Amino acid sequence: MFLKGGMNLKVISFDEAVEFVKPGSTVMIGGFLGVGTPEGMIDKIVEKGIGNLTIIANDTAFEDRGVGKLVKNKLCKKVIVSHIGTNPETQRQMIAGELEVELVPQGTLAERIRAGGAGLGGILTPTGVGTVVENGKQVIEIEGKKYLLELPLKADIALIKAKKCDYYGNLVYNFTAENFNPLMAMAAEIVIVEVEEIVPVGALAPNEIRTPGVLVDYVVVSQGVK
Amino acid sequence: MAVDPKEKIARRVAQELKEGDLVNLGIGLPTLVANYIPKGVHVFFQSENGIIGMGPEPEKGFENKDLTNAGAGFVTALPGAMTFDSAFSFAMIRGGHLDVTVLGGLQVDKEGHLANWMIPGKMIPGMGGAMDLVTGAKRVIVAMTHTARGEPKIVKKCTLPLTSIRRVDLIVTELAVIRPTDEGLVLEEIAEETTLEEVLKLTEAKLIVSENLKRF
Repeated sequence: MFLKGGMNLKVISFDEAVEFVKPGSTVMIGGFLGVGTPEGMIDKIVEKGIGNLTIIANDTAFEDRGVGKLVKNKLCKKVIVSHIGTNPETQRQMIAGELEVELVPQGTLAERIRAGGAGLGGILTPTGVGTVVENGKQVIEIEGKKYLLELPLKADIALIKAKKCDYYGNLVYNFTAENFNPLMAMAAEIVIVEVEEIVPVGALAPNEIRTPGVLVDYVVVSQGVK
Repeated sequence: MAVDPKEKIARRVAQELKEGDLVNLGIGLPTLVANYIPKGVHVFFQSENGIIGMGPEPEKGFENKDLTNAGAGFVTALPGAMTFDSAFSFAMIRGGHLDVTVLGGLQVDKEGHLANWMIPGKMIPGMGGAMDLVTGAKRVIVAMTHTARGEPKIVKKCTLPLTSIRRVDLIVTELAVIRPTDEGLVLEEIAEETTLEEVLKLTEAKLIVSENLKRF
């Protein structure tokens, strides 16, 4: 097994990072319409043509940005996302039967990933009750109110983005680039973070760190900030 | 002078916001509401991608690539703003901590049910945060044009997939302000530019005309 971060954190290259992504892997990718997305690792997956992936992400972003690049290059077998409206190629592939799309309400998606990382067997949410989202799901009534049982999501690997980290892998996010990243850092077997800067241990204030380094396996450093 | 329907809607919705409200504006038409907040009223804008205290678009050259709204447009963070992750953001929304959400609509029916996330076979953008917003916000205001290509959008029963079975609180169009109630859809206001006959003609669902019908 891989040793989790902390004293064992390894700084690796983009080539080494995407070797952990195998054809057919289930991959969580952080970001919201490409904001807070590890673009460098996505570009490398595209370059190597690693395909047949199941992607768990908030959205499929744009054709030339974020998860959208994986869709455009036909590297996805399935995407589990809340929104595909900004990427016409996702809709085209879905309608053509080339790509399976599981649409999940955004808050439910966040909680399913959180549940996956928090050791929960699922979550109960009122969102989706009485709509098509209810189809095939268990409805549980508590104190007279209906909830859907939504199951946890886990992944083989999480590719996340942070503003910076220290050499323990402690992560600091930047404004709205945080989004799904800290949730995904808890829900995958292997966690690789793409950062813009690595700082010495002790340079980050304990109360600005949002993800503890013990959750992070590997770090790659962005070549130039986009 | 011709009135811009979107501006008309945004101006009227803005009147609904109260001092101190935590407000989430959907992408598109609802975003315009921020331009017409009444003078002296301070509200906090939340964007579901992870911020409370969102400010307007920055001046050119002052954009931060990591400070965006739910449509990936550049925004600012006002003094006192906070950013957070998606689970927290939706806990705020679903947990009843959001005072008002303003969303666009494809259809609203006589039960006050909203459909706004897909047209089967044609347009499947996904629900994004809409289902959580409509299910969890304290007040749901639908801001939409009264008709689409001449067809009524306020219908007897939604033919498009619902966003939630929660009844929305107010529908604001360029022609009318309508409040869904136990008794049905109550027409409370009509626009200066229209007539009662026109509003009734362009609405498929039955409207109960308020005794205090106002103009806006």
